[in-house]
Amino acid sequence: MAGVHTHIGAYHILHGVDLVVPKGQVTLLLGRNGAGKTTTLRTLMGLWAASQGSIRWNGQDITATDTASRARLGVGYVPESMAVFADLTVAENLLLAAHKASRMEDVDAQRLQWIKQLFPAVETFWHYPAGKLSGGQKQMVAVARAVIEPRELLVIDEPSKGLAPAIVANLLEALKEVKRQGTTILLVEQNLAFARRLGDQVAVMEDGRIVHAASQADFIADQAAQQRYLGLSL
Amino acid sequence: MISRLLSHDLPNSRALAFILGVLFLALLFAPFWVPSIKALNLAAKVLIFILLVASFDLLLGYTGIVSFAHTMFFGIGAYGVAIATNAWGPSWSAVITGALAALGLSALLALAIALFSLRVRAIFFAMITLAMAAAFQTLASQLSEITGGEDGLNFRLPELLNPSTVWWEGNPFGINFNGKMLTYYLIFVAVLLLFLALLRIVNSPFGSVLKAIRENEFRAEALGYRVVHFRALSSVLSALFATAAGVLLALWLRYNGPDTSLSFEIMLDILLILVIGGMGSMYGSIIGTVIFILAQGYLQDLLRMASGLAKGIPFLPALLSPDRWLLWLGLMFVLAVYFFPQGIVGRLRDKKQ
Repeated sequence: MAGVHTHIGAYHILHGVDLVVPKGQVTLLLGRNGAGKTTTLRTLMGLWAASQGSIRWNGQDITATDTASRARLGVGYVPESMAVFADLTVAENLLLAAHKASRMEDVDAQRLQWIKQLFPAVETFWHYPAGKLSGGQKQMVAVARAVIEPRELLVIDEPSKGLAPAIVANLLEALKEVKRQGTTILLVEQNLAFARRLGDQVAVMEDGRIVHAASQADFIADQAAQQRYLGLSL
Repeated sequence: MISRLLSHDLPNSRALAFILGVLFLALLFAPFWVPSIKALNLAAKVLIFILLVASFDLLLGYTGIVSFAHTMFFGIGAYGVAIATNAWGPSWSAVITGALAALGLSALLALAIALFSLRVRAIFFAMITLAMAAAFQTLASQLSEITGGEDGLNFRLPELLNPSTVWWEGNPFGINFNGKMLTYYLIFVAVLLLFLALLRIVNSPFGSVLKAIRENEFRAEALGYRVVHFRALSSVLSALFATAAGVLLALWLRYNGPDTSLSFEIMLDILLILVIGGMGSMYGSIIGTVIFILAQGYLQDLLRMASGLAKGIPFLPALLSPDRWLLWLGLMFVLAVYFFPQGIVGRLRDKKQ
């Protein structure tokens, strides 16, 4: 993303975001509440239109590409707060995200098995309406949905929010595996203890801008930057 | 076998399955047991409205689109048959040509409305459909040379479907095996097949996408589905099924006019039936239609009886006067919405879970 501005109604939320998400790495997008992290992700997905600046994907300009086409380029998006389709069953939720399959039998069985192992709730509640699940279970379904097929980029908005530690551990395992398979990840996360075990790059937002970008190793070493931008040290 | 026919969307509640089974048998054998022509008319109306309401459910219940133009498509179907048979005489080719032309026109109109207006907010879309429906109704009554205007069109159907055509001389228990009965079964089979087709549609992957869109269009879009395309396709399909219901109505009545198939009252009836029966479950259209049409047909008689019984008690007979049937129907509606916010089918299925 280069110089991206986003307006939502009369509000000017992003003021020229420059963000590079290197291929095959995990980029953490950090910042205080209201800094514009979620808006950045939504603009990246095309859910909000960028009013200025450009968004490039593998060298190709996708600023004007609609959301559905961006998703079909190989982007999995996990919106914040348990974004499942409540009226659909867990199975239907997953199948929706599998573009190459129209029936469950067409989904890669090995991958499905792997997902069910990582997220037991997915298997247990396979035929239940996703809306009846608990918050943590919904979150697992949402992440499982995003990884049902190999993606090139995974965009995840605060996946660990409100989850029990044991489930966060599973989530970490899943994302590590996804990363190992070569998927690029852009992760917004407040739970730094969780995020730092995945991250390669760090970008910090403030008032709709990226104010600091570094490798995670450098950022962890830089106590002053942590204090300045996050008000804490890792 | 049954599960496959129903696209594995079973009633999921013993009570519901039982009620549906009884209704199926009752409608299947209606010509043999209903006591009067009026009752058989109601049975045919029930069949046609099941299809009409179910097609509206595809739009409102499954896709979350509020449209007031549904009776327009219903009317197009009925007018298609009426105008064609009126112009070309009572032949099968006229009926089929009329029906096909109606289906084509409906598909085009639905697509046009969808592409022009599905991008706007839901409330504006509803307003646009309302305007279209009103314009179409005016058109139907103004173009009196073609449509018969306010008086509508009386027309004849192919010989086989005429009530005077008797195809079995035997007359056991006073049952007439005539063209009217044949028409009834034609409608029965058509409604059954089209209803099963609708069940198949809503339970297909396409149906899941529609439900996803209804719940959150942005999320559906972020999963890679072009919401506008899916909404447009849903609108067109729903319009086609409504048109088919209109064709069946014309076959049954052998008459069509603005009040029979285009009126705004029918649109309100469809909405009420769907809300009473339960949105987003095809079976809701069956339960809702039966209750509503029986109430419409028999509430007046029932009230007349009750009013007679209440004679001598002050105030009560007046309240129960048959002329006040709409008041009671309205009251029933309010109670239904209050006690079954998810409709009767939603309530029955919830109990199970």
